[in-house]
Amino acid sequence: MGQTPLDAINELREKKRLELHYRKGNEDKIEILIGMGSSGIASGAKNVLRTFNEILNERGITNVLIRRTGSLGLDHAEPTVEIKMTGMPDIIYGKVTQDVAQQIIEKHIIGKELVCGHIYDRPAQDVVKEPTHAL
Amino acid sequence: MPYKNFCLVCSGNQCESAKSEEIFKELKKTVTDLNLGQEIQVVKTGCFGLCTQGPIVKILPDETFYVGVDTGDVKAIIHEHIIGGQTIERLKFKGKAPGKDPRHYQKQIRIALRNCGVINPEDITEYIGRDGYAALGKAIFEMKPADVIEELRKSGLRGRGGAGFPTWLKWKFTHDVKDQSDEVYIVCNADEGDPGAYMDRSILEGDPQSVLEAMTLAGYACGSSKGYIYIRAEYPLAIERLYTAMSQAREYGLLGDNILGSGFNFDIEIRLGAGAFVCGEETALLASIEGERGMPRPRPPFPAVKGLWGKPTVINNVETYANIAQIILRGGDWFSQIGTEKSKGTKVFALTGKINNSGLVEVPMGTTLREIIYDIGGGIPKGKAFKAVQTGGPSGGVITADHLDTPIDYENLVALGSMMGSGGMIVMDEDDCIVDVTKFYLDFSVEESCGKCAPCRIGGRKMYNILNKITRGNGTMEDIQHLKALAVPMQKASLCGLGQAAPNPILSTLRYFEDEYLAHIQDKRCPAGVCKALVTYTIDPDICIGCTVCSRKCPNNCITGERKEPHFIDQERCIKCGICYKGCKFGAVKIA
Ligand SMILES: Cc1cc2nc3c(=O)[nH]c(=O)nc-3n(C[C@H](O)[C@H](O)[C@H](O)COP(=O)(O)O)c2cc1C
Ligand code: SF4
Ligand code: SF4
Ligand code: FES
Repeated sequence: MGQTPLDAINELREKKRLELHYRKGNEDKIEILIGMGSSGIASGAKNVLRTFNEILNERGITNVLIRRTGSLGLDHAEPTVEIKMTGMPDIIYGKVTQDVAQQIIEKHIIGKELVCGHIYDRPAQDVVKEPTHAL
Repeated sequence: MPYKNFCLVCSGNQCESAKSEEIFKELKKTVTDLNLGQEIQVVKTGCFGLCTQGPIVKILPDETFYVGVDTGDVKAIIHEHIIGGQTIERLKFKGKAPGKDPRHYQKQIRIALRNCGVINPEDITEYIGRDGYAALGKAIFEMKPADVIEELRKSGLRGRGGAGFPTWLKWKFTHDVKDQSDEVYIVCNADEGDPGAYMDRSILEGDPQSVLEAMTLAGYACGSSKGYIYIRAEYPLAIERLYTAMSQAREYGLLGDNILGSGFNFDIEIRLGAGAFVCGEETALLASIEGERGMPRPRPPFPAVKGLWGKPTVINNVETYANIAQIILRGGDWFSQIGTEKSKGTKVFALTGKINNSGLVEVPMGTTLREIIYDIGGGIPKGKAFKAVQTGGPSGGVITADHLDTPIDYENLVALGSMMGSGGMIVMDEDDCIVDVTKFYLDFSVEESCGKCAPCRIGGRKMYNILNKITRGNGTMEDIQHLKALAVPMQKASLCGLGQAAPNPILSTLRYFEDEYLAHIQDKRCPAGVCKALVTYTIDPDICIGCTVCSRKCPNNCITGERKEPHFIDQERCIKCGICYKGCKFGAVKIA
């Protein structure tokens, strides 16, 4: 007997849950999340996305996953970008201009240091639990 | 070599004025003196939303928050914490919420917004990886429809679209009559017409699947196979993401026929609205879906019993739906532990206006306005004084500084003469004129009235005209009486909530800011300097140093004066643009 659709979804969930979790710890995977709600886009998130793509291409950095997500809630600091990578804490940058995007790549991603003046904190604690068995 | 530790020093407005700059310098100096510049990076950051406790220093990677830090604490932070590995208890933030996460300080919990800014809204697998569709599976395979409704009852969830009607009861009404009808409908109200409100749009843009899952749950609980999302055409990004989400859900067997192999069928259609505020009113919305003009009809019968095409219809707001999957998954008891006695869970507010950190805020019911405005919102920019906060949009009213410590929930806001509404929260400072703001809302209600009933159509216009007269300096004391006399019949006799609520901003501002109305009427003066007809700009000769900036900027060339001599504004020719006022660095231009 084949797998029921419910089992398939449950299996996908477990797989994805772990994947979402391991993303943080994945040795050479770097994630750039760009807040692309209406207000993010209005404040220039599309340009930021383009700038990141361009610089990463120029620099030949390939282990980066750029993802679009909804509003982070930090509307006063848009465009907002979150960087997740090994060896660095997850950081949300705000008021990201092209120049700041450049600095994020040079300093944060390559140099492993934080970019001054553009760090904002996560807007809220979130209720979805991290998988406990993953650790 | 990468850094091992980071010291983040807040340089937000309030921390800055609490001398965070000195702490930053002291930290840098200490790190350099100890020759630890290679290991510890000291950086300036934006606001952490903890401003009333500033200056704030956050240490990474262990995410420790230190509050009320003084330059004298710098040595301890470096020596005890970073080198010695000991947390400094006396400086550590002691948030009142339980749990280990230091982020609790922000007083926010994300339930409706749990996935916004976390997942890719265009990828259903990420939603699934974050508990997505677990609630639907649980409901279909482990619960009877009545159990789902019972769980909602336990949760205490009330509608987030404005009125706060218990969600479970609506579902139950429909559930109880479903057998008398061949079809039942599930509708999502995504009209969101309130000025300054954008939480529903953000949920749809950031996490569209959560709404689809909840509507499907409603379909299961209420015996429906067909849902509609009514959304305004001005939200193209949300619409696009909804379409993407729907097609992905169908692909995974989570929408359409035989959902999850259970034999249960449910599908959703999108209907675009033209963006009329009254179409957010439920009966008008249903008329609009049916292809009629969006005009309200009298209730009862309520849509739960006689709705779309005369069939039982559940209609809920986007944010209401966004809470539901988590309630089914974690149980109603979990949800009911959050919030106040009569208002459970969280509420999303769109914090805008004169506030440092504008944005979406999701807080447990019962959080005070002070916490929202000062701790989360970071207070009022440029050190200006807080005047009032407008909640509930055109149906609501203002809340003053005296009531900043009121825990917000449905009942308390109504008791203060305002409303929860959909969650717009507009902060005003001393530069905002209350009469002008009230006029703005009245103008909105008049523009958006569908005109079907006389109290709203005529009463609203009359009230607007009176406010207009007052802001032009032609008001009389009788006008206040007229406003009050018009308000009550309008509240009572209007057909729908638009007309019934239209006088609320007036009654609320008259209650708290009557003196400001009187200043306009009796003294012909606008204390905030907003109402142009009542404002005069003058230059104080004792302060003016004669820099000539104003005379060069004045678009009507009506400022005269020699360099280094006091300048003078020709009142006859002044067009009251206020450019001189904004341009003078010395505060020599006065508004009266
Ligand atoms: C004039 C008027 C406009 C309204 N606009 C909206 C709206 O934009 N969005 C919304 O969800 N509810 C709006 N409502 C409330 C709805 O009529 C209805 O109460 C709500 O959609 C029910 O959902 P809930 O129980 O989940 O809150 C409006 C009501 C009135 C009277
Ligand atoms: S109260 Fe106003 S909006 Fe509502 S039905 Fe009457 S005229 Fe139309
Ligand atoms: S800008 Fe101010 S100080 Fe300069 S001339 Fe005008 S009023 Fe005087
Ligand atoms: S200004 Fe520092 S926390 Fe807000």
